[in-house]
Amino acid sequence: MAEKVLMKGNEAIAESAIRAGCRFFFGYPITPQTELAAYMAKRMPKEGGTYLQAESEVAAINMVYGASAAGARVMTSSSSPGVSLKSEGVSYIAGADLPCLIINIERGGPGLGSIQPSQSDYWQATRALGHGDFQMVVYAPSTVQEMADLAYGAFDIADKYRTPVMILGDGMLGQMMEPVELPERRTELPDKPWATTGHGNARPKNVANSLYLVAEELERTNFERYERYEQIKATEQMAELVDCEDADIIVVAFGASSRIARTAVRYAREEGIKVGLSGPSPCGRSLWTRSPQPASMQRPTCQSR
Amino acid sequence: MQEMRVVLAGFGGQGLLFAGKVIAYAGLIENREVSWLPSYGPEMRGGTANCSVTVSDEPIGSPLIMDPTALIAMNQPSLLKFEETVVPGGIILADTSLVTRIPERDDVTVFELEATNMAEDAGLKGLANIVLVGKLLKETQFCAPETIEDAIRKAVPPRKAALVEKNLQALKMGMEN
Repeated sequence: MAEKVLMKGNEAIAESAIRAGCRFFFGYPITPQTELAAYMAKRMPKEGGTYLQAESEVAAINMVYGASAAGARVMTSSSSPGVSLKSEGVSYIAGADLPCLIINIERGGPGLGSIQPSQSDYWQATRALGHGDFQMVVYAPSTVQEMADLAYGAFDIADKYRTPVMILGDGMLGQMMEPVELPERRTELPDKPWATTGHGNARPKNVANSLYLVAEELERTNFERYERYEQIKATEQMAELVDCEDADIIVVAFGASSRIARTAVRYAREEGIKVGLSGPSPCGRSLWTRSPQPASMQRPTCQSR
Repeated sequence: MQEMRVVLAGFGGQGLLFAGKVIAYAGLIENREVSWLPSYGPEMRGGTANCSVTVSDEPIGSPLIMDPTALIAMNQPSLLKFEETVVPGGIILADTSLVTRIPERDDVTVFELEATNMAEDAGLKGLANIVLVGKLLKETQFCAPETIEDAIRKAVPPRKAALVEKNLQALKMGMEN
């Protein structure tokens, strides 16, 4: 077992992403996410990777688009208002069926809101980050360990389904330190035969594109994409149920709130009130796409403890 | 062992976030549950800074502490802000080099220590934070004495390794006063 270290959630995501083979980071500073970018700025050059502070969020997400099209494991990170700015680019990436990781360390909104922690981008993340009714895998960690684990696994899911994946954290999780055991470094990454890598006419050309002037062609891509979404929902969703077997009341929560809910459930149980907790986040690999609670509750993969 | 929830508060630059990290590392070394949460934002630049550190045997819910069992206050505004939040039976450590008005609560134990002056007189300028961690350890025994020394070695970044020895001296000073 690797030694546990104390790390901020922001830093744990960054280190874990590097260990997952991410070698390109494009971002723009914003509180309370900035430690993530700062960590990447320090570490990426040592890994032979690219850290680039773009001139804007819009530029950063389009750099992600380019690097992903070329087959790289790539990510960006921001906080709520910055994620809104990226939304057009994420839609293009989804339309081009490209994998990437997007981190949202949420702060209060709407508008510039505040810089304090919040979970107020829930609907944006799970319903519509951009135009075109694309869907996105969204993970909601509740601990620094989960942030590390989910960032690591997110690249595999993104590559497997050729889709953007988001980790939806908040300022509290990003700023807090907890003991974390970091994953092993990935040595082999999946092949990407669709990537635009240059081929000297040795194979048919690959194109990364989200524009279809022939309506039927676009329709075909959307049908195909929705089949993938259904596959993700059927096979990748996870949830945890705590003390739900005999519960009269089930509290549903995710992220930092689920930590607090968990304590509340414990106190209630001590007083004999039959309360349980459910959500994508409390202990484990947790995920939803579009239909967070109802669907995830159908597939408990993690028993109460 | 009982859960310890400590709020460390003072001015930015007094090293309170670092002191909190030392306490958190001590918990980690002893395989307990720990969380460390800083205040962040404009208040860190020239104003007050604080952090919440919990060391527990149970999984920690909120890392934000609303009801500390211990408060380390390194200036008057911080003491004013947090003294009422300390649970009955809890303790308050006040750096009386900077805190002039001492809390009047009789349901908590208040320890007064001129940590900043003591550190300065001993050639340990800037280490009042660690003096107070030593004092906290003496009064609560939240970890074994050898653990806290390891915690300091872990918390001090490698490029500042030369400062470990001074930190250990400051710790000792707090534990002996």
